[in-house]
Amino acid sequence: MLEAIFEEFFARYNFWTAVLIIFIGIYAAIAKNNLLKKLLGLNLLQTGIFLFFISLGDIGNLQTLGIGDATPPIIWRTAEEKGYMYANPLPHVLMLTGIVVSAATTCVALALLVRIYKEYGTIEEDKILEIEALRGD
Amino acid sequence: MIDTFVEQFPILIVTTGVFSAFTILVSGIFSRKIGYYILLFVTAIHFMMSIAILNYVISFGRIHYWIGGWRPPWGIEYVVDHLNAYVLVVILFLSFLSVVFAKRSVEKEIDEKKHPTFYTVMQLLIAGCCGVVVTGDVFNLFVLAEVASLATYALIAIAGGKALRASFTYLILGSIAICFYLLGIGFLYAVTGTLNMIDMRLLLQNIYDNKMVQVAFALVVVGLGIKAAVFPLHTWQPDAYTYAPSAVTLIMSTVVAKTFVYALIRIVFSVFTVNFLQKYINAWELVSWLAAVTIIVGSILAFRQYNIKRMLAYSSIVNVAYIMLGISMFYSYWGLSGALANILNHAVAKGCAFAAIGAIIYKTGLKDVRYYSGLAKKMPYTCGAFLISALTLIGIPPLAGFVTKFYLMLGCLEVKNYTMLAVILLGSLLTLAYFWRVVEEMYFKSVEDENTHGNAEERFNEAPITMLAPTMLLAILCIALGIYWLTSIPLEIIDKMIASMGVILK
Amino acid sequence: MIDCNLAPLFTVISPAIASMLILISHRHPNIREAWTIIATIVTFSFVISMAPKVLSGETVECVLFEMIPGVEFAFKVDAFGMIFAITSSSLWILVSLYSIGYMRSLNEHAQTRYYFCFAWAITSALGIAFSKNLITLFVFYEILTICTHPLVAHEESQEALAAGRKYLLYLMTSGCFLLAASLITYSISGTTDFNPRGILNSEVPEFFLQLLFICYLLGFMKAAYMPFHSWLPTAMIAPTPVSGLLHAVAVVKAGVFGIIRVICYVYGVELTYHLGLGLLLACFASFTVIVANLFAIGEDNLKRRLAYSTINQLSFIILGVSLLTPFAIMGGMMHITFHGYMKITLFLCAGAIAAITGKKLVSELAGVGKRMPITMVAFTIGAIGMSGLPPVAGFLGKWYICLGAVQATEFFNQASYLAFIFVVLTSSILDVVYLFPIVRTAFFTGSNENLEREETKKTIYLFMIIPLLITATFSIALFIFPNALLIFDLAEKAVEDVYGGWLR
Repeated sequence: MLEAIFEEFFARYNFWTAVLIIFIGIYAAIAKNNLLKKLLGLNLLQTGIFLFFISLGDIGNLQTLGIGDATPPIIWRTAEEKGYMYANPLPHVLMLTGIVVSAATTCVALALLVRIYKEYGTIEEDKILEIEALRGD
Repeated sequence: MIDTFVEQFPILIVTTGVFSAFTILVSGIFSRKIGYYILLFVTAIHFMMSIAILNYVISFGRIHYWIGGWRPPWGIEYVVDHLNAYVLVVILFLSFLSVVFAKRSVEKEIDEKKHPTFYTVMQLLIAGCCGVVVTGDVFNLFVLAEVASLATYALIAIAGGKALRASFTYLILGSIAICFYLLGIGFLYAVTGTLNMIDMRLLLQNIYDNKMVQVAFALVVVGLGIKAAVFPLHTWQPDAYTYAPSAVTLIMSTVVAKTFVYALIRIVFSVFTVNFLQKYINAWELVSWLAAVTIIVGSILAFRQYNIKRMLAYSSIVNVAYIMLGISMFYSYWGLSGALANILNHAVAKGCAFAAIGAIIYKTGLKDVRYYSGLAKKMPYTCGAFLISALTLIGIPPLAGFVTKFYLMLGCLEVKNYTMLAVILLGSLLTLAYFWRVVEEMYFKSVEDENTHGNAEERFNEAPITMLAPTMLLAILCIALGIYWLTSIPLEIIDKMIASMGVILK
Repeated sequence: MIDCNLAPLFTVISPAIASMLILISHRHPNIREAWTIIATIVTFSFVISMAPKVLSGETVECVLFEMIPGVEFAFKVDAFGMIFAITSSSLWILVSLYSIGYMRSLNEHAQTRYYFCFAWAITSALGIAFSKNLITLFVFYEILTICTHPLVAHEESQEALAAGRKYLLYLMTSGCFLLAASLITYSISGTTDFNPRGILNSEVPEFFLQLLFICYLLGFMKAAYMPFHSWLPTAMIAPTPVSGLLHAVAVVKAGVFGIIRVICYVYGVELTYHLGLGLLLACFASFTVIVANLFAIGEDNLKRRLAYSTINQLSFIILGVSLLTPFAIMGGMMHITFHGYMKITLFLCAGAIAAITGKKLVSELAGVGKRMPITMVAFTIGAIGMSGLPPVAGFLGKWYICLGAVQATEFFNQASYLAFIFVVLTSSILDVVYLFPIVRTAFFTGSNENLEREETKKTIYLFMIIPLLITATFSIALFIFPNALLIFDLAEKAVEDVYGGWLR
């Protein structure tokens, strides 16, 4: 039983890791009180998704147990002669875009955090809400 | 010649939009004023282009544009059919009015040195929304949605104060939503190996039983649902609408909200198709129940708000629920027509309401409905527009909102769903309840303040023309559109839209 | 697309156009009032010009556009619609004159809003009268609700606002029921056009049709039958011309009109009888007829007393129609006009008394008969009519309804229908009980000192006195010549349409 679980895990460990990271990320983004920690959670979530996408590209991994059957998607003569499989480059490219988007989001969020800190003197959500309640509508 | 020219318009709207954003930013170095006029000009041009697109689509059918000449499934494809073209016209029209409206409001609410950046971001927002609407590629949709969303976060936060927290909450929730969407696409990509919507739809046809596809569907719907503020995923929305600057609230409630509703409809109907829904119809039924709960609960929550912007925000949530209710009855012609009509009707009516409120806040600074006493004497035109928008949202015939209600009710009868019929009617009564409070304050209460005595000219204090004109235009549209829908001429376009959603009805 | 006689359209929109002109000339009261008067006369002449065509059996129809397949936005003038239209448009002339006197002598605020909403109310009342189908009727029904709210809440006091809210709550709720019922009818029969034979058929389960009928009744809450009547006395806080025209004629009559439309033109008399709805409704209406009068006896506020009298008379009309016999229906239809004229006389008197002497309670009226003799004579005429005594028109309505009850015993072979005659008689006695004391107090009580005649003291008062004199005269004239406004012919024609195939 346990062995089967391990086997399953190791067979697709990168996917499982992605799932783990995504869940940790969502948890942090929703449940944490500190706004910065929320942001970090969001970043984790995004990273998990990147990992997931990149794993999709590695077709070798999808077919056999071993990793690294496929080469990077660079077409060079030896690879063609020997009929190497190469990883699907499209998900990688997608994730380049994804990383840019994620970086942009983080930038905006950090800028906001700076402003929030200046405004309220704290980045703890409950304290901010307290201050807001005091200020009235 | 001119026809092939029009085929370039979808991409041109997006690219020139982004380019114009940079131009505005750079122009800010030389003059802080010029940015606004660039934005106004570009948006006006874009609006005209969108009309040309709609015209073209009606006469010649779908537009396909392959970016860089790469054939679809490999390259990114922009597809514009009746549905997109319609939504594109709606959002660009309202963007244009929002931009017209923004001038005075922004001058008052925002630091002058921030103006160029404000308009830059606003342009990015509009371009992003247009991109979401015209694209035929699921990943491209993600990117453009993020462009629009990031712009929205920044625009909300520009107001400072509480808007900062509201913006941050929205950022976190919005990004989680987009991540869900991205994950959903990942699943779909894993099973189909394509990102093009049309291609994906073909490849998905035989694998509706696949668990990956089901999970992907759930993820995409939840993701876009958060962005469209579908109950119970709406929690970010009231704060964001309430604390954002008036002009931003206006553009968010009309343009951004409608864009994501469109995205949801597009993905659900064009990628997953009706056959998929039919297969999991019991699960999809949940949407109609959620919508019903939203209509009731949302209206009650709106009734409890004294902050007028927050009240309107809840009202928006309710109206999105009307659209979702229509979509949930995808096997009924009138249900879908009601949903599609409400995209326009609600945008116009809520745009009018927010514009009127924006004008009132600009002139008086009042946000609490309890202080609106006697406002109708001070600002008769603005209050008149607000009254019309309120009547529209309540659904008084023959205004535009009535058409939505009417079609949705016909839809309910078509599928013999009497519960939803009752819910729609109850919803309209509750809407009456929370709008009438405001109308009563405005029209039937006079202020006992000393300052207000004096002759009519002194008390008359109407909003500036750049705010009044869009408001009045929207108010007139509320009436005109209602009658226009009722003549059933536009149903022809609705038919084609429904066809382009892949729904075949008897 | 527009194939038709445009007369009904012009009739309906001319008050609406007037409302816009009123709004534009809000700074010049005299021009504003001139617009109102012009509109009233134009509208009335449009209405009356269509009457001969209707009587000769021609269809006057105006189809504007098709809203959904099978349902057009259209006007179709028939005999029954004509009765309602003639009533409201002819009374509008008089009430407008009266309004000018009333509003100016009380120096009321927001007069532009008042005239604006008033004109819209007439537009929607005429729209209701001429609607070709249920959906068109609904459109005007909703507009009527919305545009009369500002009139109810005109005073802008807390109490008036509360009355306005109650008014909206009741009537908008009823609007929802009406819309639901109309659409259900549409989904059953594919059309909502009124047809003298009825458009529903018995293929649908009986229970469902009965339920639908209740839905319709709830939809026409404007008819103020019990227990959904309480908005009407509350709405009496409005200025008197409003209470007079709208709450005695246009609004409540729209409700009654709708109920008759549903019974005769949607269900059809035959189906209504088969479903047993006639008797049910008749019992319901009888209950209201009696109980409303009992309520009226205990009411001291003059206008509220009259409001309960309105509730009574409305249910009386409903009772007539629900007997489902030709005479009874004819009586009910005629009573719409007769009651309109008599009740408006009473209201205008009440308003004149309030405006000139400031008295609003029945107990304060001592001596008013000496101060305002013309008014009180008119009031007496109205009171006689309400009680159904000759020589005032009210007698005719009650007479025909009693005849109808007798006819019903033959028709349906059930002697129990005679019981409704007792209802009619009892209610008449009760009418006497609460209306005549007012006359007595006004004329025969109070000190004997020589009170000054006040009603002709100022010219502006004449704007009030003359209209009420005219309505009182008409109340008698309609008894002597029931065909004075073509009412009798029209009612006969309408009943002929309804019974065309079944009776003869």
